[in-house]
Amino acid sequence: MGKFKRNTLDKSKGITGWNFVVIATALAAIFTLYPVINSLVLSTMSGKGVVYEYVGLGNIKRLFSDLVFRTALKNTFIYFIFQVPIMLTLALIIASVLNDKKLKFKGLFRTAIFLPCVTSLVAYSILFKSMFGADGIVNSTLLAINLIAEPISWLRDPLWSKVTVILAITWRWTGYNMIFYLAGLQNINPNIYEAAEIDGASKVRQFFTITVPLLKPIILFTSIMSTIGTLQLFDEVVNLTGGGASTPSLNATITLSQYIYDLSFKFVPNFGYAATVSYVIVFFIAILAIIQFKMAGDKND
Amino acid sequence: MTKFKKVFQYAFLTIASIVSIFPFIWMIFGATNSATDIIQGKLLPGKEFLNNAKMLGEMVNIKVALSNSAQIAIISTLLLLLIASLAGYGFELYKSKYKEKVYTALLLSMMIPFAAIMIPLFRMFAKFGLIDSLAAVILPTIAMPFMIFFFRQNTKTFSVELLQAARVDGLNEFQIFWYIYIPTMKSTYAAAGIIAFMTSWNNFLWPLIILQSEARKTMTLVISSLSSAYFPEYGVIMVAIIIATLPTILIFFLLQKSFVEGMLGSVK
Repeated sequence: MGKFKRNTLDKSKGITGWNFVVIATALAAIFTLYPVINSLVLSTMSGKGVVYEYVGLGNIKRLFSDLVFRTALKNTFIYFIFQVPIMLTLALIIASVLNDKKLKFKGLFRTAIFLPCVTSLVAYSILFKSMFGADGIVNSTLLAINLIAEPISWLRDPLWSKVTVILAITWRWTGYNMIFYLAGLQNINPNIYEAAEIDGASKVRQFFTITVPLLKPIILFTSIMSTIGTLQLFDEVVNLTGGGASTPSLNATITLSQYIYDLSFKFVPNFGYAATVSYVIVFFIAILAIIQFKMAGDKND
Repeated sequence: MTKFKKVFQYAFLTIASIVSIFPFIWMIFGATNSATDIIQGKLLPGKEFLNNAKMLGEMVNIKVALSNSAQIAIISTLLLLLIASLAGYGFELYKSKYKEKVYTALLLSMMIPFAAIMIPLFRMFAKFGLIDSLAAVILPTIAMPFMIFFFRQNTKTFSVELLQAARVDGLNEFQIFWYIYIPTMKSTYAAAGIIAFMTSWNNFLWPLIILQSEARKTMTLVISSLSSAYFPEYGVIMVAIIIATLPTILIFFLLQKSFVEGMLGSVK
């Protein structure tokens, strides 16, 4: 073992190594690890304001009879089930269409489609809110081209308000995911596509038999990141629909994160119960990540 | 490719581009129109820009909000770059069994939703009397595990020969990091810095919880509260959104390569 060999650790080097990572590790312990454990402890307690008592699994029991929680859980899953696949499929299609050497204005298209990523979640939600009003530009355009007979209540109707949230998120994140796929596509040898072309495989067939299988690791990565993002949805629903649709009590677009916020900072704070709801998100993220890993792993190895 | 397919390809990409860009045009036109015009879907430039800008100045203290956002974003970006690069460097070049375990734990913590830690964080800062302070906004964001991961991935390209040469020259391990590693990894720092700045600049939920007085509010908080009015002054809000989005748009166009590199850092 040479003295200068990379990763060779004599005793002093071992301590030096820890010196490099100690600040980050300590910060993560204080501002992530401790809060996560503290949340778990809190989830067994209940009370309003400052008085707390141990309730064990009482909060979990309460979840099952809590209608707002059920609505928030349902909404969060509707966003997840529809939005993530729509967005990732669209991103993958755009990336494959863009991945053409002979394409003109390629950089221009790519920049345009990627541009939504520079907006903050709050800013674009408000832009969408101003476009999707009852007399807004979206309705008047759709009316003008006779796609709809009467204005759609994009922000107030329980169903359409969810559609608006899904459209908005898709607008913001499709280009982001497209960039990952484009980077992946550049690593695929173009000869594979040429060979497929000679064999007479259609573009659609090439997409399913070459592009999708070869991009599987990136698709897995983007779908896990999108899952984590969608299950934590907060900024958009708060700023776009206020969680409410026609009246806040309808909770037509409320998400789990928003409900946790409401329970902690809007109503008389019940941190214990809010912590329990937050663990529901942790639970689902873990489960869904495992499922996605399994699905990708089966055909990969 | 047949001609039909070619037409379809360009048509598809053109529509996707127009849809992507339209809200930006809407934002720029909106800033020159009155709230009533915007609500009624007017898609032409108007003459209200100066009026909107003046009203914005009367409704909120935009200078304070901008300065709060800038302070928070710049300080947290600098701290994050230093802490994450030290850690990424340490995890990659001083591998050991226990460090790998710590590293795995850090990566797993990326999956923890912010909602699950915000309540204890809030209580912690309340105990320290740090509610409504810029420090409280910054502290929880400066150990971002993704950044540590990003620096570790990029450290794999750091030349071993350079490291060895520096040791021969008698530099200690921290001097190597400071005088050799940082200058050679400039593009990694640029990419990570852009992502860190944007994340902090656009942050909403945590500042919403921890910042309470008007004097501490960031741009995102100001914009959100303007739009939650019963009759939002959209023209005024559009001016505010343009101001808030300008820095990130400039960064994007001036440093597009680093921007994309930073984003893709995770899939290398």
